[in-house]
Amino acid sequence: MSRIKYLAPALYILFLLLPIYWLVNMSFKTTNEILGSFSLWPAEFTLDNYRTIFTDPTWYNGYINSLSYVLLNTVISVSFALPAAYAFSRYRFLGDKHLFFWLLTNRMAPPAVFALPFFQLYSSIGLFDTPVAVALAHCLFNIPLAVWILEGFMAGVPRELDETAFIDGYSFPKFFVRIFIPTITAGIGVAAFFCFMFSWVELLLAKTLTSVAAKPIAATMTRTASTSGYELGLLAAAGALTIIPGAIVIWFVRHHIARGFALGRV
Amino acid sequence: MQIELIDVSKQEGRETWIHPTSLKLRSGAFNILLGKTLAGKTTLLRLMAGLEKPSSGRIWFERKDVTGLPVRQRDIAMVYQQFINYPNWRVYDNIASPLKIAGHCDARIKRRVSEVCELLQLTPLLRRYPHELSGGQQQRLALARALVKRARLILLDEPLANLDYKLREELREELPGLFAGSGTTVVYATTEPGEALLLGGHTAALHEGRVCQYGATHQVFKEPANRVSAATFSDPPLNCAEVEKSDGRFSIDADIHWPVDARYRHLANGRYLLGLRPHQLLLHRAAPHSVRLKGRVDISEINGSESLLHVSIKGYQWVSQLHGVHTLEAGSDTPLYFDPLRCFLFDAEGNRVAAGGPA
Repeated sequence: MSRIKYLAPALYILFLLLPIYWLVNMSFKTTNEILGSFSLWPAEFTLDNYRTIFTDPTWYNGYINSLSYVLLNTVISVSFALPAAYAFSRYRFLGDKHLFFWLLTNRMAPPAVFALPFFQLYSSIGLFDTPVAVALAHCLFNIPLAVWILEGFMAGVPRELDETAFIDGYSFPKFFVRIFIPTITAGIGVAAFFCFMFSWVELLLAKTLTSVAAKPIAATMTRTASTSGYELGLLAAAGALTIIPGAIVIWFVRHHIARGFALGRV
Repeated sequence: MQIELIDVSKQEGRETWIHPTSLKLRSGAFNILLGKTLAGKTTLLRLMAGLEKPSSGRIWFERKDVTGLPVRQRDIAMVYQQFINYPNWRVYDNIASPLKIAGHCDARIKRRVSEVCELLQLTPLLRRYPHELSGGQQQRLALARALVKRARLILLDEPLANLDYKLREELREELPGLFAGSGTTVVYATTEPGEALLLGGHTAALHEGRVCQYGATHQVFKEPANRVSAATFSDPPLNCAEVEKSDGRFSIDADIHWPVDARYRHLANGRYLLGLRPHQLLLHRAAPHSVRLKGRVDISEINGSESLLHVSIKGYQWVSQLHGVHTLEAGSDTPLYFDPLRCFLFDAEGNRVAAGGPA
């Protein structure tokens, strides 16, 4: 009985880790070995794939591009969502509930819907092929998400805290920056995490709105063949590296995410 | 500081939270707002604080009209029923925050914070965060932050309601002493008549958004101006019955009647309302002229050192609050006594009729 108790989760974890293991396994092989034979671990262990990525600008620029629009987007989304979420959590105004719902409906359309209008718009104002273009496009999805998450956390802070600060003599901006934001850091962390994740994973808009200068890593990675033929080992190494930023971000917010789920907003 | 409300009212949507109210609170004293939940205590406090704008009327602090003045310019402090502290700051920084924002120098902040901490026994806890404190300590911290400012008006909104019994008693004893001699006007909202009596000072009895009486606490208790004020200041609820005055006697019905005392002789014949505090409805004859009633016991509750007896008397549901433990079988009949000179009489409008002649 107790053996089954351990076996079931162990099998499940093995099942989850298998593709990741295969990816890492491939990344340490040469392309010839990958194509030539089936092996559970690299026969000729090589770091060449990683070396290429860190030295070839067409590869490492992909990471820089991706990270720059992802970070830019996260900063923009959270800083715009903070005051919006505060308004939704603290004030009643005409149509507030409709507006809140409408914000969420923005997330219901697939990104493909917006690819064409964004492409046309950014081309005509000269933003095409810049990290800013992708960052702004992703805001359409991330600001509503961040507002939704932050509103949940802010609703958990009693309104009396705000009032106490005003009575103590704080002006609104001072209260907001010095008292309120530190109080909801967990919420900001969770909101930033989800913005980061969406933007990091989203491929279609990022690919459509860039060509060469701001090409994201996911776009570089998905070209299977290059002038030198199939480079499967290289692609595997790129894939393995792409997992890392997400894993790091998750590590930082792992405790807060549990709280976010408890609040019912994640 | 002298606070005066002039015809202040508060409408919220279609509901009236505060009917036009004029109230001049005793300056530099402990003022109590007594009323049930939703009587308008919190709204009145929030109006004084400036957290709500009155729908009509003016609010004066001393000789200054503060009706439109923003909260942070009012020189007030407030403590809520919930323990509200800045969660990311240690006890010291919490207490120091109103002084810091007001721009006091570090030496003065340090001195004042340590003074207040001594007073509220927070000194050993200065390095802790609010969530590391017990409920009583958290509320002490909130009080400390209110005190350190030396505001001229301190508003306390049921500050002891969320504390357990023991802590509540402890802090209640300390409270009046904290403000004594400071010249600060304190406004304290509470739902408990007993708490108001223990705190003393002056009391405004509130009922459904109206102030029905304001005066020294013991006076409001002993000489309620009207039925509503007497009921507000009664826990368990006031026992009421309709009485008929006809030549020479009051009667509830054919069986229950008593002679009219000299002090009520000037009253016209007719219908009156009798109000009797539960602790004056007894199981024994306390005075020779006490009136005897026959009651049927509905429930008897024992609450430590006292018993509450719910009885039906001629269709009225009355409560008797007795010292000691009295166990009476539900459904049994029991004689009860009250002293007609110790009850209140209200006229048709609900105003207490003054006792005339010699008492």
